[in-house]
Amino acid sequence: MTRPFEEIVAEHGLVVMRVLRSVLGFDDADDAWSETFIAAMRAYPDLRQGSNIRGWLVTIAHHKAIDQIRKTNRSPRPRDGLPDVAIDDDLAEHGHAGLRAALARLPPKQRGAVTYRYLGDLSYAEVAALLGSSEEAARRSAADGIANLRKWHRLEGIGERR
Amino acid sequence: MKTLDSRQDDQIVDEIHAAFAGGEIDGTGPLRTRLSDRADEEGLLDVAYRTVDSPFGPLLVAATPRGVVRIAFDSEGHSSVLGRLAAQVSPRVLLAPRRLEVIARQLAAYFAGRLRAFDVPVDLQLAQGFRRTVLDHLRDIPYGATESYAAVAAAAGRPSAVRAAGGACSNNPIPLVVPCHRVVRSDGTIGQYRGGSKAKEILLALERA
Repeated sequence: MTRPFEEIVAEHGLVVMRVLRSVLGFDDADDAWSETFIAAMRAYPDLRQGSNIRGWLVTIAHHKAIDQIRKTNRSPRPRDGLPDVAIDDDLAEHGHAGLRAALARLPPKQRGAVTYRYLGDLSYAEVAALLGSSEEAARRSAADGIANLRKWHRLEGIGERR
Repeated sequence: MKTLDSRQDDQIVDEIHAAFAGGEIDGTGPLRTRLSDRADEEGLLDVAYRTVDSPFGPLLVAATPRGVVRIAFDSEGHSSVLGRLAAQVSPRVLLAPRRLEVIARQLAAYFAGRLRAFDVPVDLQLAQGFRRTVLDHLRDIPYGATESYAAVAAAAGRPSAVRAAGGACSNNPIPLVVPCHRVVRSDGTIGQYRGGSKAKEILLALERA
């Protein structure tokens, strides 16, 4: 039996938002979030039973984000990883700005892998499909990305609560 | 070393989650309002729904582009009703309070005794055949009046189908707007009701006042 679309929004809305904020920054994420769920709602009745809904939504979000970046930058679609994005949100308003900045500084492949693996909760196979790399490469990029973030983390001394 | 690493990884993953969290995506927030408005503009709002307060608990009110398609009592379990709407009408079911503003206001006025007849389009696609004929007739029973199941069966063209008329009433997809509560037993007792006999009593008392 197909679940009401409302349940899909309630269950996955936050994951999609986290991914979009990582890719686009806070200001542009809201628009892309609506566009993602509008596109998903249009296709929803044709979605195969038993599909991985979160993977499907994050894939749509990825394409919406890339579209939005292309619209503003007029830059070609990147071959792999994620395009550069300016994270210029208000530090006081959102907090954790340092960590977001560090994530934004990661090489595109690492940023993409960390975003889709850890914010999007996707499997490495799904991450690889989105980033156009092999599963092994996606796994390595995510690990390298986390290692880099952890290095920063230790340097800044934020979140040290062991 | 490995364990320390993975614990620190968990920690940094938590931090990353926190860094991009915030701004609730709840049903009444601006983000959700914009989504349901956009869905409406794009013609994707196959089933819009909201809840409305009543003297017997929250009511679920759902509408298709054609009109109100379902009103459900709290006792029916709103999430299972939404599941059946997804299966029977369309899976494009979305919380969209604004689309149901008119019926919500009319229900509030009705419960306050300030409205005697609902003026909203209805979509009776969930009732077919004889049941549909019965429901069409029920809409002609005026505010404050009652009719027996036998009279309803006769008015719907099948005088001997009293039980079937009762079945049509108890399966009415749009109670209140289609006033099945105005149908009572010939012996004067109030009979059954989808929302429970207590709710039926309250409605009959309200309309007598």
